[in-house]
Amino acid sequence: MIKWTRLLYVALLLAAQPAFAALNVFACTPEWGALAKELGGDKASVYVATSALQDPHRVEARPSLIARARGADLVVCTGAQLEIGWLPLVLTQAGNSKIQVGQPGYFEAARYVTMLEVPSSIDRAQGDIHPGGNPHIHLDPRNIAKIAVALSERMAQLDPPEANNYRARTKAFLERWQQALARWEQQAAPLKGMPLIVYHKNMTYLIAWLGMRELGALEPKPGLPPTASHLSELLAKLQRDPAKAIVLAAYNDPRGGDWLSEHAKIPVLILPFTVGGSDKAKDLFGLFDDSIARLLAAK
Amino acid sequence: MLKANLTAIAVVVAWAASLPALAQDAELGKIREEIRQMKEGYEKRIQELEKRLSEAEAKAGRAESAANSAEQNAAAAQTATAAAASARGGENAFNPAVSLILQGTYARESQDPNQFRINGFFPSGGEVGPPKRSFGLGETELAIASNIDPYFRGIAIASLAPDGGVEVEEAYFQTLALPQGFGVKGGRFFSGLGYLNEQHQHAWDFQDAPLPYKAFLGNQLRQDGLQLRWIAPTDLLIELAAELGAGRQFPGSDSNKNGIGTRALLAHVGGDIGDSYAWRTGVSYLNAAASGRSYQDVDALGGAVTNTFTGNAKLWVADAILKWSPHGNPTYNNFKLQGEYFRLKQNGTLTYDDTAQAAPQFGATFSDSLQADQSGWYVQGVWQFYPRWRVGYRYDALRYGTLNNGIVNNGLGPTAADFPLLANHSPTRNTLMFDFSPTEFSRLRLQLASDKSRLGVTDNQVFVQYIYSLGAHGAHKF
Repeated sequence: MIKWTRLLYVALLLAAQPAFAALNVFACTPEWGALAKELGGDKASVYVATSALQDPHRVEARPSLIARARGADLVVCTGAQLEIGWLPLVLTQAGNSKIQVGQPGYFEAARYVTMLEVPSSIDRAQGDIHPGGNPHIHLDPRNIAKIAVALSERMAQLDPPEANNYRARTKAFLERWQQALARWEQQAAPLKGMPLIVYHKNMTYLIAWLGMRELGALEPKPGLPPTASHLSELLAKLQRDPAKAIVLAAYNDPRGGDWLSEHAKIPVLILPFTVGGSDKAKDLFGLFDDSIARLLAAK
Repeated sequence: MLKANLTAIAVVVAWAASLPALAQDAELGKIREEIRQMKEGYEKRIQELEKRLSEAEAKAGRAESAANSAEQNAAAAQTATAAAASARGGENAFNPAVSLILQGTYARESQDPNQFRINGFFPSGGEVGPPKRSFGLGETELAIASNIDPYFRGIAIASLAPDGGVEVEEAYFQTLALPQGFGVKGGRFFSGLGYLNEQHQHAWDFQDAPLPYKAFLGNQLRQDGLQLRWIAPTDLLIELAAELGAGRQFPGSDSNKNGIGTRALLAHVGGDIGDSYAWRTGVSYLNAAASGRSYQDVDALGGAVTNTFTGNAKLWVADAILKWSPHGNPTYNNFKLQGEYFRLKQNGTLTYDDTAQAAPQFGATFSDSLQADQSGWYVQGVWQFYPRWRVGYRYDALRYGTLNNGIVNNGLGPTAADFPLLANHSPTRNTLMFDFSPTEFSRLRLQLASDKSRLGVTDNQVFVQYIYSLGAHGAHKF
């Protein structure tokens, strides 16, 4: 028994994380982790709970997430029920009063943007729909700018001594973002009207921003895998109104679009979807640079 | 702004129209010219304003500068909040999350499920037998959960039994605002002991509980009491907990005593290995007092007997789980390996009583010491080989170990044949499972089992099971 306690004590000492970082940020998805890094710099220590290769709808409340949420000062998530399958559990299990819903340490990005595809009626017969609207908001870079402002204010509120630092970094970030935005819009001008097939309705904001056209989704209903009959319908539709590509996120099963790609003779295009989804998508700038470059290549 | 300008024009025009008709042509022309100029001026200004407005709109979208977008966003957020608030203003605005689980089975069993027993072990009092033959309704679970205030969360889960009656499965409060990683749960809750105990039956990977849960905890240990939990401030999950309870459930009993009936200490650690593996392991210890814990048996001649145990029970549980999914994405493929080991030591006095019979074998009560040291374990693997499709295998076993029954040993009265339920037997079972989950909210399962819980007979079971989840999207435990 004594041995066991001693072992535990040693384990505690070994695993204890140094607490010198001013603000511990727990980001639910890579895009918010990347944004928190841009705005916080070395004043924030950012833990990203999921990767670009994980389906954000299907995340498990792993032990490591509970342990990381325990020490967080700020949880940055999308909201709009994207994380409903795991975050509520992590929050109640973590024993951390700072990050509970309604506390300043709980930040939902979806509250600061205009949501698209807000359903007028909600019924699970429509598939796995989100009552608050389509939650994949980060693929419109104008949303990133709005969220950056709100997030930096929140970081400043939680860490007042560094408030000016966060604001200065945010100003610098937004200046760079503004330039990048102008560049992307110019580069992506030829993409206007480009017809696409998506896997899941996770590219909606990107498509809306660049004025592309979403002809359909491989999923017959949100959250359901493609079926043979639905794919045949899509194929018939594509023969009348051809698309340029089938767009998948890095986490989508690449086999999903193969059948349609072969029969409709259009390429499958894998977009990074979020930071870390491709070699070039190392940060938020890289995410949009790479996404636009890949779309232009398929044009 | 625009409107004001238009009104101004209208006023000017009206004023112009009301000029005395006597006014000379030249003067009239002059006035007309002035009005035309004013009108042109206003039109120009209106055009300018429109231009500025459209520019401002463009700016709003493009985050022209930090200051501008901050102001605009604040305004937009206020509008959005106001709109949302008016939409959620009703009396039902604080409705808790409600969900309902529908379950049912179709069962074929080669042995009578009403005669189910686990030979070699004290009956644990729970509904541990297999489901009824043919179609049968499972437990319908109604769960209501909500934050109570900034400090507490409350959850109640009622189980509607197919034959009528409502049972409170769990009903507890949980603290939200304790500092330093502490949390307290109170009321009735599933103990944090082991791995499977805290999960609801509908979340299990098989239709029924593994044998050690059936034999040592009556399926699941429910505490009426308090739990104190602490999470260490480490990157590795270290979770320590202590539970105090009334201990009315097996291996304890309802002893009608003041104070604490059962104490449990739990320790779990967990983390990730690379980005594809997650694990958790732990040990749990439970100490329960039993006072007058009785069960029915039959003697060697088939007459009814009541056996009563009074003493102490100590249970140790070791649990481990490893989950794999490629890069942490379980959508397409995933694998789950879990196992638990139980050891139950009971020490006390057993009383044999056949006096209730009309023509009893002994017509007396016998009391003597009882020491039992018994164990059990299971290991199971569940593989999702294709989206929505899983296959799983479980092996579970109980080891009779040692059971020193003083009444039998002293040779003065009842013999081992008068304790058929405690006959020397080590049950085993093999279970195979296939399930198909069209969505997160529905599951259909086929389960085949060969169950040797009963001495000398094998029960071959085929279950078809459905599980449906309605309402609020509940998060599942790891």
